[in-house]
Amino acid sequence: MKFSTWKRITAVALALALTFALAACGKGDSGAAPAGDAGSDAAGFRTLDEIKASGTVNIGVFSDKSPFGYVDENGDYQGYDVYFAQRIGEDLGVEVNYVSTEAANRIEYLQTGKVDIILANFTVTEERAQEVDFALPYMNVALGVVSPDERVITSLDELGADDEVIVISGTTAETYLEKNNPEIKLQKYDAYAEAKTALENGNGAAWANDNTEVIAFAIENPGYTVGIPSLGSADTIAPAVTKGNDTLLNWLNDEIMALGAENFFHTDYEATLLDTYGADYEDTLVVEGGVTAG
Amino acid sequence: MQSLGIDVLFKGRNLLRLLGGLWVAVRISLISVALSIVLGLLIGVLMTGKSPVLRGVFRLYLETVRILPQMVLLFIVYFGTTRLFGWNLSAEVSAVFVFTFWGAAEMGDLVRGAILSIPSIQRESAQALGMTPRQVYGYVILPQTVRRLIPLSINLITRMIKTTSLVMMIGMVEVLKVAQQIIEANRRTSPNAAFGLFAVVFLLYFAICWPISRLAGYLEKRWA
Repeated sequence: MKFSTWKRITAVALALALTFALAACGKGDSGAAPAGDAGSDAAGFRTLDEIKASGTVNIGVFSDKSPFGYVDENGDYQGYDVYFAQRIGEDLGVEVNYVSTEAANRIEYLQTGKVDIILANFTVTEERAQEVDFALPYMNVALGVVSPDERVITSLDELGADDEVIVISGTTAETYLEKNNPEIKLQKYDAYAEAKTALENGNGAAWANDNTEVIAFAIENPGYTVGIPSLGSADTIAPAVTKGNDTLLNWLNDEIMALGAENFFHTDYEATLLDTYGADYEDTLVVEGGVTAG
Repeated sequence: MQSLGIDVLFKGRNLLRLLGGLWVAVRISLISVALSIVLGLLIGVLMTGKSPVLRGVFRLYLETVRILPQMVLLFIVYFGTTRLFGWNLSAEVSAVFVFTFWGAAEMGDLVRGAILSIPSIQRESAQALGMTPRQVYGYVILPQTVRRLIPLSINLITRMIKTTSLVMMIGMVEVLKVAQQIIEANRRTSPNAAFGLFAVVFLLYFAICWPISRLAGYLEKRWA
């Protein structure tokens, strides 16, 4: 009997410890993030006024996707997305708190209101648009095709019956070519490095991938030219906010249009992407004032 | 050295950033491990108890922890509690909670196993000597249990330390994430930096886990 009494005491102590731990968590956090609490009653996001009043805007960016969002050797966030984020902070008149996001948790961050804006190379798709609200675009993405200088492929029609196109399995390029050009023979590789070696060895006539990838490849490796810089349905990259956060969304749209007047995104490109993609592709990649060319 | 790209480690504040990331990983794991050991001992004792309800509850708890990947637990605690209850747990509190939730369950099961492995004659002899149940536990069962636990718990502890790399999914920048940031930031100038940096990260994890394993070896010998 005594033995079980001791155990009962232990059980109570354990329950108390867990309760205390949980209570401590709750307390610590409501104190640390008063601004978050203010927004949570308005369906989990902070309105424009709440952000301005708090003095900080939380922006989710990539921290390891050079040259769009990365951290330099001094520990500062840099890149095309970050350059824009910095400007948003200045124009809102608040500090920017960068949150390091991964491709897999960007939507989750917005839906829980843990960040106000996602600026993480976020491609606009229909599925995503049902989960979050996209502002006007600020960059283009499409597929591109790179080929050796000796025989530059400038159109898919130039490919002969024996020519094979190199793709990386699981990429948009593979899906697009299989769907729209089933007559083209594909050579599939699992990794970037393998596809690169295959092209260098002349195993295929050309290599299709995201245009940013093939452009960067052609610039780093002399002897290759991007014959088709923009193929297929052109997608765009845009900032995203929590679904229903109209005040912030409208402010962002106005901001992007206003920045178009001063050619802000061209300046951004020249400051952050020029080294990687060169001047030739500036107009292919940049979207100014939210207006896409197509 | 040049070809491995170790030199990028000495650019700017990179080395400090990497060590800062290591501190984040160590801080989360040390707090969680300490909490797990304390709670695990209690849970283990309770799991060997007579109450079928209590045993059932802890069984359910243990199975839950076993089934759910740590990544899912992190998402549930960090994002899920915000969705469901509007709580705004910080990433660090969420991480410590998840790792303790996991560690305490597994530790509890290890303790349970270790207690059951003590021959019942030990308890019976102690009782025959007139010891109270508290004395039986304090002087006879627990000391022997703890000794048997050491090698088992070291596996769990080192596993917890290495698993902290998952906290990058809830926005925390720990040592592995810093390494990836440094590799990416230097992708064009030092394409091979990945080899060198991951080798350094390996050494850093080793530097944390090896002393723990040595301490365990020492304790095992001393208490044998």
